[in-house]
Amino acid sequence: MEVFELTLADLRRALRRGDLSAGEATRACLERIARLDPLLHAFLYVAAERALAEAERADRRLRAARRSADDLPPLLGVPMAVKDVLVVEGMPCTAGSKILEGFLPPFTATAVRRLQEAGAIVIGKTNTDEFAMGSSTENSAYGPTRNPWALDRVPGGSSGGSAAAVAARLVPAALGSDTGGSVRQPAAFCGLTGLKPTYGRVSRYGLIAYGSSLDCVGPLARTAEDAALLFALLAGRDPLDSTSADLPLTLPDLEAASTSRPLRGLRIGVPDEYFVAGIQPEVEAGVRAAVEALAGLGAEVCPIRLPHTEYALPVYYILAPAEASANLARYDGIRYGPRLAGASPQEVMARTRGQRFGAEVERRIMLGTYALSRGYYEAYYAQAQKVRTLIRRDFEAAFERVDLIAAPVAPTTAFPLGAHRDDPLSMYLEDIYTLPANLAGVPGLAFPVGFDDQGLPLSMQLMAAPFREDLLLLAAHAYQQVADWHRRAPRLEGGAPQN
Amino acid sequence: MQSSARFCVMGEKMSYEAVIGLEIHAELATRSKMFCACPVVDPQEAAPNTAVCPVCAGMPGTLPVVNAAAVEYGVRVALALGCEVNPRSLFARKNYFYPDLPKGYQISQYEQPLARNGRLVIHTAAGEKTIRIRRVHLEEDTGKLTHLGPDRSLVDLNRAGVPLLEIVTEPDFRAAEEVRLYAQALRAILRYLGVNSGDLQKGALRIEPNISLRPMGSQTFGTKVEIKNLNSFRALERAVAYEIERQAQRLEAGEAVQQVTMGWDEDRQVTVLQRVKEGEDDYRYFPEPDLPPLVLEAAWIEGLRASLPELPEGRARRFVEQYGLTAYTAGVLVEEKAVADYFEEAACHLSASVAPRALANWISVDLFGLMNQAGVSAEQIPVPAAELAELVSLVEAGRINPGSGREVLAEMFRNGRGAAEIVRQRGLEQVSDADFIARLVSETLAEHPAEAASFRAGKVTVLNWLFGQVMRKSQGRANPQIVRQELEKQLGNQ
Ligand SMILES: [Zn+2]
Repeated sequence: MEVFELTLADLRRALRRGDLSAGEATRACLERIARLDPLLHAFLYVAAERALAEAERADRRLRAARRSADDLPPLLGVPMAVKDVLVVEGMPCTAGSKILEGFLPPFTATAVRRLQEAGAIVIGKTNTDEFAMGSSTENSAYGPTRNPWALDRVPGGSSGGSAAAVAARLVPAALGSDTGGSVRQPAAFCGLTGLKPTYGRVSRYGLIAYGSSLDCVGPLARTAEDAALLFALLAGRDPLDSTSADLPLTLPDLEAASTSRPLRGLRIGVPDEYFVAGIQPEVEAGVRAAVEALAGLGAEVCPIRLPHTEYALPVYYILAPAEASANLARYDGIRYGPRLAGASPQEVMARTRGQRFGAEVERRIMLGTYALSRGYYEAYYAQAQKVRTLIRRDFEAAFERVDLIAAPVAPTTAFPLGAHRDDPLSMYLEDIYTLPANLAGVPGLAFPVGFDDQGLPLSMQLMAAPFREDLLLLAAHAYQQVADWHRRAPRLEGGAPQN
Repeated sequence: MQSSARFCVMGEKMSYEAVIGLEIHAELATRSKMFCACPVVDPQEAAPNTAVCPVCAGMPGTLPVVNAAAVEYGVRVALALGCEVNPRSLFARKNYFYPDLPKGYQISQYEQPLARNGRLVIHTAAGEKTIRIRRVHLEEDTGKLTHLGPDRSLVDLNRAGVPLLEIVTEPDFRAAEEVRLYAQALRAILRYLGVNSGDLQKGALRIEPNISLRPMGSQTFGTKVEIKNLNSFRALERAVAYEIERQAQRLEAGEAVQQVTMGWDEDRQVTVLQRVKEGEDDYRYFPEPDLPPLVLEAAWIEGLRASLPELPEGRARRFVEQYGLTAYTAGVLVEEKAVADYFEEAACHLSASVAPRALANWISVDLFGLMNQAGVSAEQIPVPAAELAELVSLVEAGRINPGSGREVLAEMFRNGRGAAEIVRQRGLEQVSDADFIARLVSETLAEHPAEAASFRAGKVTVLNWLFGQVMRKSQGRANPQIVRQELEKQLGNQ
């Protein structure tokens, strides 16, 4: 087996056993990035030298501690990629925007720092829709990322760079962020397991804010086991993030998944509202088949209602832009990033912002500014908050009856580049199944459940009550013990862009 | 200490009434900033941008964390002002662009402030007046801009994120004097609580009045004008009075008052236009998603209430009762905690026969005069309280006369020496010996026969002049009462 074929858990074991060195693993990733990323454009920055130096240090520790490897940090020597909306000290950070070009953060995001403290090596920063605003990574100011399963298709977004990098086996796992589906939808499009944790479960400190009340940091991995491994390290209270939760972490007992009927006693609800017109038939069929499979593993399945689902999209497109309009006000060219000249401070800021933000970012800033303006606040922002409460109550009511909710991740499989180029609204519809979890703050997990007739990954989403990520990971892991969709890899070797 | 300026505002003959509200921003003297661990530094001492971190620089990815000490300070002030403290308050973002505002928004409080509905009683010449306080809320300060030229400005973020407490009154003021009295009383409270330096000059306490005029008897409000840039109480009172007059003149002339922000030009003693407001500013406030609601437990609030120190108002009342001071003098003494402490310490050392009222007058008149002249603050009074008590006791016991007493005090103030020592050294002890004084008087009358004659001819006022001559002859040491008696006796006898 080639190094790049190893999952995170396999790689970790191999490093500990000494079958492989961190240097070899890191070089294997760098070599693969050098060869394949020109096709994919998953990376915005590769920290080759720094990664190799860190690998060397990791190898010294691995060699020294071989006999008592249990005491070693859990990810020692494992290379990973980080979405370019998470700051890493000393690595340029752009958030996919020209307005941050040249910005060198002086600190590291808590989520990344936790992985580094666990021994992980950050090998580079991955492409993203500008400020995570998008569902295809086409809104990156640095050009789109391509889907490793079909190079003429998008990898999803906004964590498309991380998804493509993991799917193409450039790195064993990566971090993404999910404000309205930005981990789950690219995971679905690229055939990965992607977790959006409960809001507040993982620190947002160092995550460049888009919609602060919705933003979550989550892992993109090849298996539920890998996602669980990363989640266990990421989760926890951070004194630097006042919205991070101070609750004990329940971890899934993945060993239990290999028993017969491991999901016995677990109730899974299937909401009618998630299977409506516009959904690609194969997507629906894939989800329903996977639900059957979960039932076969012991889960009970029943229909449920989430009656306010249809309002999630309009509510999201008021609240997220409203928060973004404030979050992005700091990009004024005064303290960092490029600055355009002007006759007054106001002109400097207006010109810098006017020229350096992309169209989608401008659109959302205007939407949000409008929704917060005097005379409109009550009708838009305040009203949207009320409806958000109703959506949250839908979930609360549902989770009194069931443990998990099964749904599609997106209405379609990966779409071609440019498909929604001139129609932002149709692009927004890509997120209708992922937005509710962000609005309700509940955790969601996407994992592969098959392929459509074009050979593109099909995916299913599971959602759980707040802080029950363990149930999501357990169910997906149990599924992955009986299915092998997650083991399939895209064929990229020697491939050229197909369009 | 206290501004002696008395501006005549809004005489009855004028047909307008001034309606004034006040916004005060008080920097809270916490060790660290409102939302990060950076120290709060003196703006005039620290080098620019030396107390800055990614959080207060508004770097992408940073998040605020509420400084618990700032919350405690804010609640103490709110309680001292008799406010209802909200058990649950919200932070909000106030959005606007300015180069000194690193995030493009200021974290403040809007819909649910820290506290509301307080009051502060002021003592005007016309009597007591209660000023209602609408709200008290926490927020963060901005950075500071230094303009080097038309196309070059520097940003200093040392101040960015320093905790501010905003205290907003109802529009209850009708005159400039009331505004000043309120501001002084509030400053006193902040200083008693130890939460603010009270330094207007350095901007630790920023007072922004808004003023509108309306026809007498009207219940509607006129167009508001805000005044900024006021760094002394004197400037505050003068600026408000000036602005009332300016608006009155405009209205008299049939012109409308524009909604503007004015600044105070200290040199010219006029308000000058700073900014024209086109409609109301829209700050697009919304709840700060990075901070959960600020929830304060009732027991914690009550604990703070119980631990409030004695405040100026209560202390003044006690001074009237305990020391027999007039309400006015008591008010003057308690304004600065250090002065009130000084008075009480000196009162302990006073001879039992001496009324504390005399001591209070020595402090509020003579000592304050010396302090003003030398620019000495209440914390730095160079005369030990016990020594001042000694001096007052000497004067009250008739051992030295009041004029000498003032000279002695001046010397004590200059070199910190003791009262008795100076009196001894300079031989200032008062002479009450009747024979000695009789001799002085007769000598004086002999030297000035013309004046003595004119007194006897009925020009009574010449007596004071003759009295002065005798006192000078005695080098100020003669007991003035005995001198006066002796003069009258000898002039009558001859
Ligand atoms: Zn700071």
